Amino acid sequence: MSGVFMGMPAFPEAAREAVRDERLRANLRHATHTIRDKRARAVAELDDWAELREAGKRIKDRTLRHLDTYLLRLEEAVTAAGGTVHWAADAAEANRIVTDLVKATGESEVVKVKSMATQEIGLNEALEAEGIRAYETDLAELIVQLGEDRPSHILVPAIHRNRGEIRDIFRETMGGWGRPAPEGLSDSPAELAEAARLHLREKFLRAKVGISGANFMVAETGTLVVVESEGNGRMCLTLPETLISVVGIEKVVPTWRDLEVFLQTLPRSSTAERMNPYTSTWTGTTDDDGPSAFHLVLLDNGRTDALADEVGRQALRCIRCSACLNVCPVYERAGGHAYGSVYPGPIGAILTPQLRGTASEVDASLPYASSLCGACYEVCPVAIDIPEVLVHLRGRVADRGGPGHRLEKAAVRAATWVLDHPGVLAAGERVASRTRGLHPKRLPGPGARQWSESRDLPELPAEPFRDWWKKNRPGDRA
Amino acid sequence: MSQNSRERILARIRSAVADAPEAPEVTRAYLTRHTPDDPEAVLDLLHENLADYRARVHRTDEAGLAALIARRLEERGARTCVVPDGLPAEWLADATAEAVPDGRLTPAALDAVDAVVTGCALAVAETGTIVLDGGPGQGRRALTLVPDLHVCVVREEQVVASVPEAMPLLDPRRPLTWISGPSATSDIELDRVEGVHGPRTLEVVLVRGRA
Amino acid sequence: MRVALFVTCVNDAVFPSTGVATVRLLERLGVEVDFPAAQTCCGQPQFNTGYRRETVPLVRRTVRAFEGYDHVVVPSGSCAAMVRHHYPSFGPEAAALGPRTYELTEFLVDVLGVTDVGAHFPHRVTYHPSCHGLRMLGLGERPRRLLEAVKGLELVELPGAEECCGFGGTFAVKNPDVSAAMGADKVANAVSTGAGVLCGADNSCLLHVGGMLSRQGAPLRAVHLAEILASTEEEPWR
Repeated sequence: MSGVFMGMPAFPEAAREAVRDERLRANLRHATHTIRDKRARAVAELDDWAELREAGKRIKDRTLRHLDTYLLRLEEAVTAAGGTVHWAADAAEANRIVTDLVKATGESEVVKVKSMATQEIGLNEALEAEGIRAYETDLAELIVQLGEDRPSHILVPAIHRNRGEIRDIFRETMGGWGRPAPEGLSDSPAELAEAARLHLREKFLRAKVGISGANFMVAETGTLVVVESEGNGRMCLTLPETLISVVGIEKVVPTWRDLEVFLQTLPRSSTAERMNPYTSTWTGTTDDDGPSAFHLVLLDNGRTDALADEVGRQALRCIRCSACLNVCPVYERAGGHAYGSVYPGPIGAILTPQLRGTASEVDASLPYASSLCGACYEVCPVAIDIPEVLVHLRGRVADRGGPGHRLEKAAVRAATWVLDHPGVLAAGERVASRTRGLHPKRLPGPGARQWSESRDLPELPAEPFRDWWKKNRPGDRA
Repeated sequence: MSQNSRERILARIRSAVADAPEAPEVTRAYLTRHTPDDPEAVLDLLHENLADYRARVHRTDEAGLAALIARRLEERGARTCVVPDGLPAEWLADATAEAVPDGRLTPAALDAVDAVVTGCALAVAETGTIVLDGGPGQGRRALTLVPDLHVCVVREEQVVASVPEAMPLLDPRRPLTWISGPSATSDIELDRVEGVHGPRTLEVVLVRGRA
Repeated sequence: MRVALFVTCVNDAVFPSTGVATVRLLERLGVEVDFPAAQTCCGQPQFNTGYRRETVPLVRRTVRAFEGYDHVVVPSGSCAAMVRHHYPSFGPEAAALGPRTYELTEFLVDVLGVTDVGAHFPHRVTYHPSCHGLRMLGLGERPRRLLEAVKGLELVELPGAEECCGFGGTFAVKNPDVSAAMGADKVANAVSTGAGVLCGADNSCLLHVGGMLSRQGAPLRAVHLAEILASTEEEPWR
């Protein structure tokens, strides 16, 4: 994944910083709570939400089970419609393909539609290294790019910024990238949107190459779908002469009809709208309408590793709606940057360790970045059981026996042994109860220290329940 | 290289799912529509949902259409209006704005045009959406994107209730644009603001009675 | 009807009063309760931390301990959810325990068919629905209906009730800062209600929130639902 995330500290350390950042906490709290209630209302409008969710889950599962078939069908249909299909096994290959395609046009700048796949592979940096400048055109991506920042949310990468910060970024940096921010720019969202419109318009009008991802690809027809709000997507998909779309292989769906499910569930789950302002679909190229050259780069980059995991593969159902981020109490406090990946939040915590493995410190810490409260699973429009996958990945991390996990395993084994010997357990409980007067409310030592930094330990009871039972219900069997 | 990667990816997929059980059949127990089969109510719902997302909605019949379009253009101060191929000439009969035929105008030339008037392929009431497919009277995609005012004519018989009803009526081989209100963004504090890159004003004219 | 109490390891060692209250409540309702002494822990802490192999002996022990009982009552949504949702992955014998296992409020409302258990608890109470009971078991309105029927009890709405308190088992020590931040918000919401008692149906969550209440000297104590339901005019609970 993108180089900017390399060398990240483990989640707990990164989160510690975020928790103490009052402004960040306030920004995240405001934004996530705003969208949470709206989503709930938008979803409640549809009586058949459960059925749509089940259909979406099954469509994705069926596609994944026969992914080779559907990708080949897609390739055939795209090619027949005048497009060219490329296959990229990893980020480096995808970047090389795209760079070569751009170079072949003779252009040195491209306009981009917001795309998770191109962020994942670090395409902008790869293009920059070859002297090609990529302009992000989604408002939030623009804020991140101008602010030399990192994205912290799937749908709204600049969610960690409030309107005042955005105004300052626009004022200070727009001039360096093109048309400067209007004089006297205020922090009203409407004025900020207008500033982005003016700044980007000249870039759209002169662009010769557009780069996008896609929300869906339809195997039977070769159709690609981009769901957006601002119209920057339409600009990039329509005005340039060459369009290059980089799309993860899991984004394919078998039939045109399948879209009727996702076009109902995605907008309501992501922006809490009945429908997003703009959805574009295109199939290869069309004479006299839009780009005359279309390239589709199909990206693996770890997806087939996830596919091989019988529990973890459900993460590939994800349609990138962000509902799980918006309801997650951990994301709300830790912020997106702590996840050390372009995929933050609950879905990131199960996707990143599968795409990148669990060798690095941050990736190994991600499966634990959850209290397993299950709010993510509840809102997921394709029913990804995120807590189940988290627990499964914890097992993988524990098996690898990385730093700390050897000691933990020994402790867990010892605990299991005691719990499997009720006599020993009872004796231990009694000793603890009898010495309770000696127990402080704060304890030193690993685990206990983390616990007692902010919480008192309870006073231990005079006797464990099993002793009370023995005394008070003596006649009983058991 | 890419040829090798193609085979490699396909092989990796096949080995990844080799032991996986067959996935259950897709169930489509969801509703085909959420609205009663009452054309009047469906039209009202389209009106309501378009307006909810800040489109301006107007109603007229065939006889009043030209005057209404002329008034919309005038009130919005449009001096020029791009005309897609196949747009019924009578729609613009009363308009004072200068009609600019689309002879493959460049993006920059389109940017200098104030407005566009189009028909549509269909409209979806439950989501407040109009869909354009580049057919006669709709033009290529850039026409409804670059000018800042889009006046879209929807005939009552083009309105369907729901997304599932729309899908079989649309031809995926044509480039489609689904439009639900003027351009908007939720990128600042996850709150919705209208008016970014696409047309900032969307005027929808609902026409009663068959042409 | 043979009914067994699965008191859970946390209640056994740290909150025996919840076990005692559960016994007293069930007996008052005419249920004869057993306590199979072979029981210890359902294995959830091991399981949720990624130690599946280490969970196996505890699953086996739990299944054996409750063999032959028609109903196993657990005053913990989290442990009940472990048995019902995760035991099936440990084989058919373990799976068979799930349908016989009831979280306390499920047993009262669904099996015994009561919501008014004849309790008396003259306090202002706010209720925190713990995540596993709320989302994995779908306890829904059961706890609230039971509390509303308690005489003298004034139930007040907890803002952000459905948000996790931040306990999450080992999460509390692996991610102490985020856990504490979540707990602090829960505490602030609880304090804002003006209630004197924060009620929950899972003592592991109350261990965490209660620990924060105590540390902050908040005018609120955490009490398990069973202890409120066990309380009567004649025998008030604390």
